[in-house]
Amino acid sequence: MSYVERHAYDVVVVGAGGAGLRAAIEAREQGLRTAVICKSLFGKAHTVMAEGGIAASMGNVNSGDNWQVHFRDTMRGGKFLNHWRMAELHAKEAPDRVWELETWGALFDRTPDGKISQRNFGGHEYPRLAHVGDRTGLELIRTLQQKVVSLQQEDFADSGDYESRLKVFQECTVTRILKSPDGAVAGVFGYVRESGRLFVIDAPAVVLATGGIGKSFKVTSNSWEYTGDGHALALLAGAPLINMEFIQFHPTGMVWPPSVKGILVTESVRGDGGVLRNSEGKRFMFGYVPDVFKEKYAQTEEEADGWYTDPDHHRRPPELLPRDEVARAINSEVKAGRGSPHGGVFLDVSTRMTPEEITRRLPSMHHQFKELADVDITAEAMEVGPTCHYMMGGVAVDPDTAAAAGVPGLFAAGEVAGGMHGSNRLGGNSLSDLLVFGRRAGLYAAQYATGLGDARPVADDEQIDRAAAEALRPFGAAEAAAGGSGTDAGGPSGSAGEAAPAVPVENPYTLHQELQQVMNDLVGIIRRAPEMEQALDRLAVLRERAERAGVEGHRQFNPGWHLAIDLRNMLLVSECVARAALERTESRGGHTRDDHPDMDRTWRKVNLVCELSDAAGGAVDLHRRPTAAIRPDLLDLFERDELLKYLTDEELDA
Amino acid sequence: MSAYTARFRVWRGDAEGGGLKDYDVEVNDGEVVLDIIHRLQATQATDLAVRWNCKAGKCGSCSAEINGRPRLMCMTRMSVFTRDETITVTPLRAFPVVRDLVTDVSFNYAKAREIPAFVPPKGVAAGEYRMAQVDVERSQEFRKCIECFLCQDTCHVVRDHEENKGAFAGPRFLMRVAELDMHPLDAAAADGGPTRAESAQDDHGLGYCNITKCCTEVCPEHIHITDNALIPLKERAVDRKYDPLVWLGSKIRRRGQ
Ligand code: SF4
Ligand code: SF4
Ligand code: FES
Repeated sequence: MSYVERHAYDVVVVGAGGAGLRAAIEAREQGLRTAVICKSLFGKAHTVMAEGGIAASMGNVNSGDNWQVHFRDTMRGGKFLNHWRMAELHAKEAPDRVWELETWGALFDRTPDGKISQRNFGGHEYPRLAHVGDRTGLELIRTLQQKVVSLQQEDFADSGDYESRLKVFQECTVTRILKSPDGAVAGVFGYVRESGRLFVIDAPAVVLATGGIGKSFKVTSNSWEYTGDGHALALLAGAPLINMEFIQFHPTGMVWPPSVKGILVTESVRGDGGVLRNSEGKRFMFGYVPDVFKEKYAQTEEEADGWYTDPDHHRRPPELLPRDEVARAINSEVKAGRGSPHGGVFLDVSTRMTPEEITRRLPSMHHQFKELADVDITAEAMEVGPTCHYMMGGVAVDPDTAAAAGVPGLFAAGEVAGGMHGSNRLGGNSLSDLLVFGRRAGLYAAQYATGLGDARPVADDEQIDRAAAEALRPFGAAEAAAGGSGTDAGGPSGSAGEAAPAVPVENPYTLHQELQQVMNDLVGIIRRAPEMEQALDRLAVLRERAERAGVEGHRQFNPGWHLAIDLRNMLLVSECVARAALERTESRGGHTRDDHPDMDRTWRKVNLVCELSDAAGGAVDLHRRPTAAIRPDLLDLFERDELLKYLTDEELDA
Repeated sequence: MSAYTARFRVWRGDAEGGGLKDYDVEVNDGEVVLDIIHRLQATQATDLAVRWNCKAGKCGSCSAEINGRPRLMCMTRMSVFTRDETITVTPLRAFPVVRDLVTDVSFNYAKAREIPAFVPPKGVAAGEYRMAQVDVERSQEFRKCIECFLCQDTCHVVRDHEENKGAFAGPRFLMRVAELDMHPLDAAAADGGPTRAESAQDDHGLGYCNITKCCTEVCPEHIHITDNALIPLKERAVDRKYDPLVWLGSKIRRRGQ
């Protein structure tokens, strides 16, 4: 293995967004040598795109708030498919996680009495989101990044080496989790994007914190990094994924110009007073309040407008329904021919706030529209439409320890983990999720690694050879198609080690575009059985073609090669999404079936689980698993009438 | 507006050397320079190296020099150029090239580590922090920084003076010192040690800055780096040391008002 660089750590964290950095900080604070691996530069993770805030029931703005209310809102938002224990831990621990950030230097916006200010958001009963204008994610990332640096400074003072106990391997991609013969995690395999060098990190505990899968869709708010890496790594390592049919389409993405289609328009625009109108000027959301939410939302514009100043005596505006409801409503308006010129609807703050207030409260939205669309949001309405935003599904984890089911030593936190948000996530619950479960994953990964003592699992060389050949195959494909051999691109000679394909090599960019089109058109926001069947057929063809994805050039910072490797993950994850979505014959949260438009209480008891039939990359196998029964004292937080909308009579009487 | 073909000149190469390469490439309505670079990747140069993440001016990854000016590629609209203009895209000049438009920005990460972290106030528990909005706003302005390093690239102290890199933290990280200096609860100097402003002068090369404001001009976040961070920092440091530039700077400012 002389061509493979080798390192050893106690805990490896894959991903340097909010969850990954929080996990790494915790593992390091437990005294373990920790490595963080990220595809981008340190501090650039997709978390910076989060705008609205961190949901935590600190009760700074409305003292009626507490963890129980937050828990209730979260369960309602997820249509009761959430793992109740995750929702409970999340609601209980979020305030401490936010306060802790202040001790690391974070500067949130303040209330008049100097506490952390909290803002309203869709689905949250009280003002709950700690925020910094509309750039909260940036504040979160920068604070965690600076905490990492401060720990490195401590280590430097101790040892003269900043990286002696906590090292960030930036611009590196992990392609495989390595395991010992008895199935425990032994480390990771990956490559350095800059140089193309391959590396192995031996480590008994691996935390996946890779975020989401949005890059499988054409219209998405997600960055290029969101190729479902952690989801696929877990599957390939033998861990199951759950809830993969639930994808959140954020209701408000930019729709014009085409090159920015999908980029997020923060929900704070609505939380702060922005309203949605169709081409007839009508505030259409009043017509889309579903029965389960009827008592909680205003019926008239007057009542809705009163809520911003006097929330105790008015019901909230329907623009602040959970995201799935708003996204579907916009979709329907556009379909009915009442859309805006570029196929969205109008989101207007210009008639609701003074220009000064808009630029103060929504500075980056103002900037974004001005720079990218030539629209001045203080004077005119924005055009917005749904965009693929968040994957509710992910690695099936133990709620307390974030340990992945079935693979000792594997942990997952943040968007890559499933269960916390059920069928739909509330805005603001993502940043808090990252912190709460990032910390837990780091803590329990550290405990697990410590508990092993010196008996650390080891990956055999053959596994490493296979991972190397897989990573280098795109060069081999190009070589084989050219009929040549012996270029130095592939590292180990004959790297691909496969017969020359008689068919032409595929362009990874073309394959990616086709995949995005398939998912967007056939497994998008509104789903139908025949379309999803068609999608599965086309995914199978794409998966086969992707085996022949080839690239030119050499290994140094070669984006074509990187994409060719990421394609494996996107295709695997897309197949899980399509299979699970086809199976679930109801509509719930981020899963809407045109052919099964209603929510069905019996489906609430079911999690759909995806696993690979064999870890070498076999077919996706789908099965059903009952959801965990909700603890009675938590059920008591709801009225029976409300529970009856979600739970079957037998469940309630049990 | 309709699609047209633009002439691009993109620097291709690596640490060993390279040069500008010409491309004719399609441009559509509403596109930005990064879209065009991506189209080149997808159609003419699959191995063209470029960094990017958010495509919305929020992550600071896609920094390059466009017609010689440091800018974010994702926030530079094609409509600011005429159709017959040749658009030249080159990597950031102040940092070593890795490949094509990707540079080695590790200088910045090294400097970040040299700035001592926030020191929490003793005896104030988490959850008990109280700060007024007006007091946090000054540091909040600096925390808008997306670490695009355009200011670091443009500052003449290091742009063509490799030899200054050891002693000079650059505008982004001097601003980080200012941010901590203005943090209402930072306790760095609580034990009688040097203030943040003093260490900016002694340890991070604040004295090299002669307040030309070039950094402020390129900042995509429109942070007033010079006026709000560097000059106040110099003024606070000067309580102890005489610095003619501050004196001059405040004169100029007054006259300009
Ligand atoms: S103001 Fe100072 S830091 Fe900014 S570019 Fe000029 S010399 Fe550099
Ligand atoms: S201060 Fe402005 S120019 Fe400098 S790194 Fe930050 S955002 Fe970029
Ligand atoms: S891609 Fe994020 S700033 Fe340009």
